[in-house]
Amino acid sequence: MSADSNERNAPAEREWPLFEIFIRARGGLDHKHVGSLHACDARMAIEHARDLYTRREEGVSIWAVPSASIVASDPEDAEAFFEPARDKIYRHPTFYDIPPEVKTL
Amino acid sequence: MNPSREAPALYRYVLRLGDLALVLGQRLSEWVGHAPALEEDLGLANTALDLVGQARLLLAYAGEIEGRGRGEDEIAFLRDQGQYLNPTLAEQPNGDFGETIVRQVLLDAFQLALYERLTSSRDARLAAVAAKAVKETRYHLRYSAGWLLRLGDGTEESHARAQRSLERLWPYTVELFEADALDRDMAEQGIAPSLEDVRSAWNRHIDEVLAEATLARPPDRPFTWFGKRGEHSEHLGYLLAEMQYTQRAYPGARW
Repeated sequence: MSADSNERNAPAEREWPLFEIFIRARGGLDHKHVGSLHACDARMAIEHARDLYTRREEGVSIWAVPSASIVASDPEDAEAFFEPARDKIYRHPTFYDIPPEVKTL
Repeated sequence: MNPSREAPALYRYVLRLGDLALVLGQRLSEWVGHAPALEEDLGLANTALDLVGQARLLLAYAGEIEGRGRGEDEIAFLRDQGQYLNPTLAEQPNGDFGETIVRQVLLDAFQLALYERLTSSRDARLAAVAAKAVKETRYHLRYSAGWLLRLGDGTEESHARAQRSLERLWPYTVELFEADALDRDMAEQGIAPSLEDVRSAWNRHIDEVLAEATLARPPDRPFTWFGKRGEHSEHLGYLLAEMQYTQRAYPGARW
């Protein structure tokens, strides 16, 4: 990392760490990513999430995950990772006739 | 006519509750756009809105008890300072963020102890308002106590400033628990809890929070304030001037 980018990163290090927030809208549904926020500890992350993302009854449960704990794929790998799947249409279950009684697929 | 002397006792008691919520809500809303972080801006504003919501229910009820056709807006915006019956602590200026948090912990714990007991009031309206408000207030105390813990048990600087704010605001807490004729009358009728009970519950909350935050509980002093009788500190007038400006300048203005 160059000295220049170190300097630019310096103020960011003094900021509160970033958390990713997941909200479960109702019992039985999964937690969905809704956004991110800054907080200085886990308790504050949950409280900020409550104050930012559930003001209009959006949820019944909150998860907060330190953004630094998320391992993400590298955008530069996108070609190798995802494009090979493009022409493999046989992986989609579209070659079956679904009986009319089945409503959930 | 001075409602604090001649109006029905229940009207004055409900004003004490409603004015506490309104004045504290107004104070907190002064942080909007100025809080140390965007997330805190929203947190403080949420608490302020909860408090103004409680004030609306209580002041509307006060208007019905009074029976002179005044609604929540007239009671909130057209009374003068001597007719406001909030405890003096609620109107104290925000100071720095830490001082706002200290004031908030002291009053959140008071409102929580009070609302918890008012849910079994013989007055059904008060019991219903308290049942709604008690949930909101539990969260308010969780938020403010969390911050007091971080500041008190934080850096040397934040600890010293939190302790200073506690020393400055502590004398105003005496008034919260000093029962006068109105408090006793309401308690005897089963409308309000005894302030002695409220004080024990408040002490438990406060001692626990202060111990965790490594802050020292200041000693009680005999001197007391009487905002709840309409005798306020110099700060309430400025707060009301800002809050009431629009209704005073454009009577009956709506949006």
